[in-house]
Amino acid sequence: MTYAAPGSRAKSAPLMGRDTEPTLFEMSVEGRRAYQLRTTDIDVKPMGAYLPVEHLATQPVKLAAVSERDLVAHFTRLSHRQFAVDLGMYPLGSCTMKYNPKFCDTVANEPGLAKVHPGTPAHLTQGWLEILVDLEDRLCEITGMAAATLQPAAGAAGELTGLLLMRAYHEARGDARRRVIIPDSAHGTNPASVTLGGYEVTTIPSDERGLVDVEALKGALGPDVAGIMLTNPNTVGLFEEEIIEIAGLVHDVGGLLYYDGANLNAILGVVRPGDMGFDIVHMNLHKTFATPHGGGGPGAGPVAVAAHLAEYLPGPRAQRADKGGFEWTTPASSIGRVHGWHGNALVLARALAYIEVHGAEGLTAVAHHAVLNANWLKQRVAAILPAAYDRPCMHEAVLTATPWKKANDVRALDVAKRLMEEGFHAPTVYFPLIVDEALMFEPTETESLQSLEALALALELIHAESLTNPEFLHDAPRTTPVRRVDEARAARQLMATEDAAGRS
Amino acid sequence: MANYLPHTESEVQEMLAFLGMNSMDDLFAHIPESLRIAGGLNLAPGRSEPDVADQIAHYTSRNKSTNDLVCFAGGGAYDHEVPSVVRALASRSEFVTAYTPYQPEVAQGVLQAIFEYQTMIARLSGLPIANASLYDAATALVEAVNMAAGATKRAKLVISAGVHPHWRQVVRTFARGTGHELVVAPLRDGVTDWSAVNCDGAAAVVASYPNYLGVVEDMAAARHVATASGALFVVGTDPVLASILKTPGTWGADIVVGEGQPFGTPLSYGGPYLGLFACTEEQIRRLPGRLVGETVDVDGRRAFVTTLRAREQDIRREKATSNVCTNQTLMAVGAAIQLGYLGTEGLRDVAERCVAGAHYAADALTSLPGVELAVTAPFGREFALRLPIDASIAIAALADDGILAGLSVAALAGDEDAGVNDPQNVLLVSVTEKRTRREIDAFVVALGKLVK
Repeated sequence: MTYAAPGSRAKSAPLMGRDTEPTLFEMSVEGRRAYQLRTTDIDVKPMGAYLPVEHLATQPVKLAAVSERDLVAHFTRLSHRQFAVDLGMYPLGSCTMKYNPKFCDTVANEPGLAKVHPGTPAHLTQGWLEILVDLEDRLCEITGMAAATLQPAAGAAGELTGLLLMRAYHEARGDARRRVIIPDSAHGTNPASVTLGGYEVTTIPSDERGLVDVEALKGALGPDVAGIMLTNPNTVGLFEEEIIEIAGLVHDVGGLLYYDGANLNAILGVVRPGDMGFDIVHMNLHKTFATPHGGGGPGAGPVAVAAHLAEYLPGPRAQRADKGGFEWTTPASSIGRVHGWHGNALVLARALAYIEVHGAEGLTAVAHHAVLNANWLKQRVAAILPAAYDRPCMHEAVLTATPWKKANDVRALDVAKRLMEEGFHAPTVYFPLIVDEALMFEPTETESLQSLEALALALELIHAESLTNPEFLHDAPRTTPVRRVDEARAARQLMATEDAAGRS
Repeated sequence: MANYLPHTESEVQEMLAFLGMNSMDDLFAHIPESLRIAGGLNLAPGRSEPDVADQIAHYTSRNKSTNDLVCFAGGGAYDHEVPSVVRALASRSEFVTAYTPYQPEVAQGVLQAIFEYQTMIARLSGLPIANASLYDAATALVEAVNMAAGATKRAKLVISAGVHPHWRQVVRTFARGTGHELVVAPLRDGVTDWSAVNCDGAAAVVASYPNYLGVVEDMAAARHVATASGALFVVGTDPVLASILKTPGTWGADIVVGEGQPFGTPLSYGGPYLGLFACTEEQIRRLPGRLVGETVDVDGRRAFVTTLRAREQDIRREKATSNVCTNQTLMAVGAAIQLGYLGTEGLRDVAERCVAGAHYAADALTSLPGVELAVTAPFGREFALRLPIDASIAIAALADDGILAGLSVAALAGDEDAGVNDPQNVLLVSVTEKRTRREIDAFVVALGKLVK
């Protein structure tokens, strides 16, 4: 049976803008302008009337000079040189590039949310405070935790916040600890956050199953261990089945368990980090709760904690007031603010809307379908791209192109680049670091069977090409807006601005 | 309820059969039974979008937005015009629903927009390098002091009390992990008194231009203190005023941070905003976050790509310069669009109108009995107004007249040094290019009724 159907992939990729787009500065014509401002009836005197002349610029900072029509053409053409979820499948492992419901865009554009100043007093923003309280409630239920901060602006910010909570907890006990344990499969943000949290990283190996090596963990544990950071399912897409034993071992030495929520999409409504024994959990709302990635941000990285850590949470926090309504409070032993205001508020509102339309059953269905899609794809292509670990996967499947490399010197990168010509974004390649020639596919729950089949057919086509014409793959892509780029030159001859490129 | 899952029931059954399974539960059979949630999550049932829209309306009806209140509040979040064209372009789904540009062949749109953004921010900072964005100004300052500490191998941070209190609070929070020591230099009549603190052994000297009370301080004095102590000079900037003031780079800044929200991002209740970060070439190996550079593809065509990647967390891991991964790219793209719209002339026009409006408002408000400027130093688009009554009471009262009068300096400062005496009576007033003479006059009348 074949499920392939028209429209199941972005085969328009060859139609993406091929022509180089000039920069806004190259398009500029001195004296041309687009802007219009409100009539205010306020006289504007020369700035020397208001400010000491020694502070005033002698000439204006040069930006651009384009018409509104040129501005629209420029950014529209740039948008045509950009792949996006709305264009086609983005099976980028570890990133959960699911469809972003348009309804949540509408919510974020509501004037009663988007046009509220963050310093407006609480009694004039009761709706906003209630949103934050409601979202915190939902996230705590989903993760099995007691309380949460919504301030961290992204996953890494959540990680560091969580580590500072861990530190505050231990220090309150007069128990200075030194190390945090991380598996070798972890995201790079984990060890980077540990360093900024003032701890040393102890890396433990994964075993041949792709799971935490429990014996190695035992060897690494000791009274100076502040905690462990785990992703579950882990970064090879596998559930850490010994999590209860792991939690017991870490707690026995007085350490805390930190849950990296990058892969939370796999377990929504199925299992909860709190029930597994985790003390601190961060979530990536831009992954699990479908807030759009924006080309690299904004995200939101709320951190939920068990009851024994609630007193250290960042403040201020929106809370239900005893006398009714909502108020800002700061926990007794708060670590302090981790964001200039209240976090990425509009991202939080989008996530709440996403949770509300799904409800309990809908969120569970999200996890079911995400895991179903990953397992189906893994099995569908198993004959050509074997899984790195022969176990049931969760929401993502880590496959390996090692046989392709050995047979025809075709590497994971070549597969990724060739897939773009076939209308698919590349999967994550060469991560996690412990898998040779890794190709990590996370189809997500919003891709249809027809899309998955189209991807499988593309991989079969590429496999056939690898046997007969490997050079064709080394040369890919050819039909994209640009072809493989000279990354070494970018670093060697750094041109990070128009001025550095000699076009000022 | 939500209907974003494409599979039909028969497709689900076929897919399960392909896997040799009978039910969805079989997919999770390897997870210990004791962990699996028995009765599902304790959440309300899912509802349709129109039903949830009613719930959203329930929230929004109890918020006062700039549609309800004429906004004189600032403090790092400003009510600037976001024109239709900027909103339309910045909400194109190719920008909104793209991922981080790891595959440059299909990410030239975002990469080039960031390149243009970096160019504009570098120019406004007066420094050669700007990164692809950080979360907000406060967290950008954390990255700046970490960079300074890394460059000097020192741990002491001397920060002016003129730096936004929230930014100082965030620096204090993250210093718990890095072990940095904070020394706050007090303000005297709105201007930093660097001589009041010992700057010896400082990693960073941090000033704000203008400072959070709106005062345009002498940056030469701060630069001198930094040079004398061997510290890096970090400047927090208001990027709008950067178009009329000398750039921080001109004053000798090593690192510039700022809040990019005024460039095309709505007030958004404080986020997502845009952390600006620029630095000298000497510090480039310590740059936090992503950087886009220009290069060529195999056909020799111009191409953009994230570069100097060896600094970043996914490669350097525990030795990375920062843990930043997700940033605020969409806001950076929006800033490039907004600055493209305004252009050289427009940004200057906006800044001049802000300054002129603020001075018109300050003159009119200080004509009221018992109302005076809290500091006498020259200011730009924002000023601290001492009232004969509690500023929070004034804000609450004027809201009934449809005016958001400003921010209470005491509320803003919290536990931090507010930099003025009796801060509870000090109102921080900001004026943008949107405020008309009539709105300001109405503000004066409303406050006049309160203080008479």
